[in-house]
Amino acid sequence: MRKGYFGAFGGRFVPELLVPPLAELEEAMDNILPAEAFVEDMDRVGREFVGRPTPLYPCRNLTAELGFDVYLKREDLAHTGAHKINNTVGQALLARHMGKSCLLAETGAGQHGVATATAAAMLGLDCIVFMGALDVQRQSINVHRMELMGARVEPVESGTRTLKDAINAALRYWIAHQSDTHYCLGSAVGPHPFPLLVRKLQSVIGRESRQQMLEQTGELPDTVVACVGGGSNAIGMFHPFVEDRQVELVGVEAGGRGGPGDHHSATISRGTPGVLHGTHTFLLQSKEGQILPSHSVAPGLDYPGVGPEHSFLKDSSRARYEVIHDREALKAFNLLSRKEGIIPALESAHAVAWAVENRDSIKPGSKVLINLSGRGDKDLDIVREQME
Amino acid sequence: MHHDNLLTRKIQGAVDSGRKALIPFVPAGFPSRDRFWDVLLELDSEGADVIEIGVPFSDPVADGPVVEKASIRCLEQGVNLDWIFEGLARYRKDIQAGLVFMGYFNPFLQYGVERLAVACQEAGVSGLIIPDLILEEAEPYREVLKESNLAYIPLVGLNTSQERLQEYAGLYPAFVYVVSVMGITGTKSGSMQVLGDKLRQVQDIFECPVALGFGISSRDQLESIEEHVDAVVFGSALINHLDEGKTPREFMAGWQVPRAFSQRVRAKT
Ligand SMILES: Cc1ncc(COP(=O)(O)O)c(C=O)c1O
Repeated sequence: MRKGYFGAFGGRFVPELLVPPLAELEEAMDNILPAEAFVEDMDRVGREFVGRPTPLYPCRNLTAELGFDVYLKREDLAHTGAHKINNTVGQALLARHMGKSCLLAETGAGQHGVATATAAAMLGLDCIVFMGALDVQRQSINVHRMELMGARVEPVESGTRTLKDAINAALRYWIAHQSDTHYCLGSAVGPHPFPLLVRKLQSVIGRESRQQMLEQTGELPDTVVACVGGGSNAIGMFHPFVEDRQVELVGVEAGGRGGPGDHHSATISRGTPGVLHGTHTFLLQSKEGQILPSHSVAPGLDYPGVGPEHSFLKDSSRARYEVIHDREALKAFNLLSRKEGIIPALESAHAVAWAVENRDSIKPGSKVLINLSGRGDKDLDIVREQME
Repeated sequence: MHHDNLLTRKIQGAVDSGRKALIPFVPAGFPSRDRFWDVLLELDSEGADVIEIGVPFSDPVADGPVVEKASIRCLEQGVNLDWIFEGLARYRKDIQAGLVFMGYFNPFLQYGVERLAVACQEAGVSGLIIPDLILEEAEPYREVLKESNLAYIPLVGLNTSQERLQEYAGLYPAFVYVVSVMGITGTKSGSMQVLGDKLRQVQDIFECPVALGFGISSRDQLESIEEHVDAVVFGSALINHLDEGKTPREFMAGWQVPRAFSQRVRAKT
């Protein structure tokens, strides 16, 4: 396989000026990440700061209702309330080893920005976060959280003023500030080595889950489900199961409202391959290769690209990708809150919804492991608005 | 072994007559679909040696706000490769300058690189500048481009290593494009000392002409580095100029190097 590629997907489609910092990062990933001292650091910070391992929770009420065993991997209980922290803490530690004094991040709804600001504060690094101007308005609480932790939030006025433009702005900033700044990219997207690096840092989700399933049930799950935005929580969950051929992997993409002509974020299910943000992968694009706007009720899924490794898993049929619409995700949001006392992030509610919507075709008694990537407190305004 | 490319000849021609080759950049369809072809013809008749036609993309990561805004405006007017090729079929014969496309990879990829190469050859476009297609990623397309005599113009920067410069030089490009700043288009330049050193290194390593671009807005900027540059590219400054309703002629006038001055420089080299 070509370096930096997953089958036909991946690569490093960036300006030449970004080649040196990407090469530097690749070297750090290859040499620092596996070193014993770094692994120990990660374990300690994971335990003391992030709250790892997160529990694996058997949902007894949902299991009774659906007729198959539902297990939730509780990433919502990680510090800052989502899996994003696994990635940012890892990259922040790596940045410090590399001698960088500043963390740079993009953020859509603000979850990754908050997780980066958190890691930066903990390690005493500076932090600058680019955020679409539209998102700054829509997610003012997260802006406030980032600023509390000492981050500088830069509203991005260009393009569609959302996540994809925030990534463009961060890449541009990185070109000019690469000597002292590490770009802490928030999902398993972007140029090599980011998809690989983010997968390595998020794989703790799948490793723990696999072990917990074996300890608690004596068996591997039959099906593993995760929502896919950029694809970091999903690849982190899937990767440790890839060699377990009998385990079915299901990525759930956001279908938006689902009306004809409505925008959506079902990149793999309904997109076509192309190049955006440094990587060759499935995209939402016009015939002429212009990037189309995406939409989802879940802000974290609202992205017109997807991590290249998911494109590969789809292409090689190792995983399948399904679409859940806003309406079904909201139903699952309410169901999980009501039945289990767990308010899921709207992103994670898409994964839950897939199990609920497919209750008739899932074998009774089978074990379905769902990654609950985050908690839903952040989404209460959106949900209230949608219910009206 | 240089491939005989019109772009090399145009730049070399300017250098041989004692001046810098001038390479204006205009996004296709700017300032409007109607005005664009007149702008191109006027740039040509006012002394452009090579013209970079920007193929607009929704997410131009190597560009600053001026080029990005202009590109998006062009996209909103429905500019695409088909429109550009239609126009070239009509106007190419009236343009003396060499032509290159400057654009991000995805629109080219979706058009089909092979189909693009053939269409460029027919339309009289001699090269491609693709800011997000580095050496390694260009590799699979090299043969296809060569078959249509379409030049892949490398962009290199202040942080490009000696080894990478050598790899790029090994492609024997029609010319090499040096990014003058550690930044995006329209950025103000940093140390002239650092830039001068890098240009000297590039000049040593590459056999082909050296073009300098990104953030170039006036001739004065070149003063201390003039001897290491064969061509200058200007984008944001020209776009701003056109956006104020001024003519290409006025802009180009500011770049016509007085003869005595350029001869003095040449004598030094
Ligand atoms: C809770 C939660 N889940 C999922 C996602 C989607 O990202 P990814 O696909 O990279 O896991 C986000 C993104 O912000 C999120 O906040």
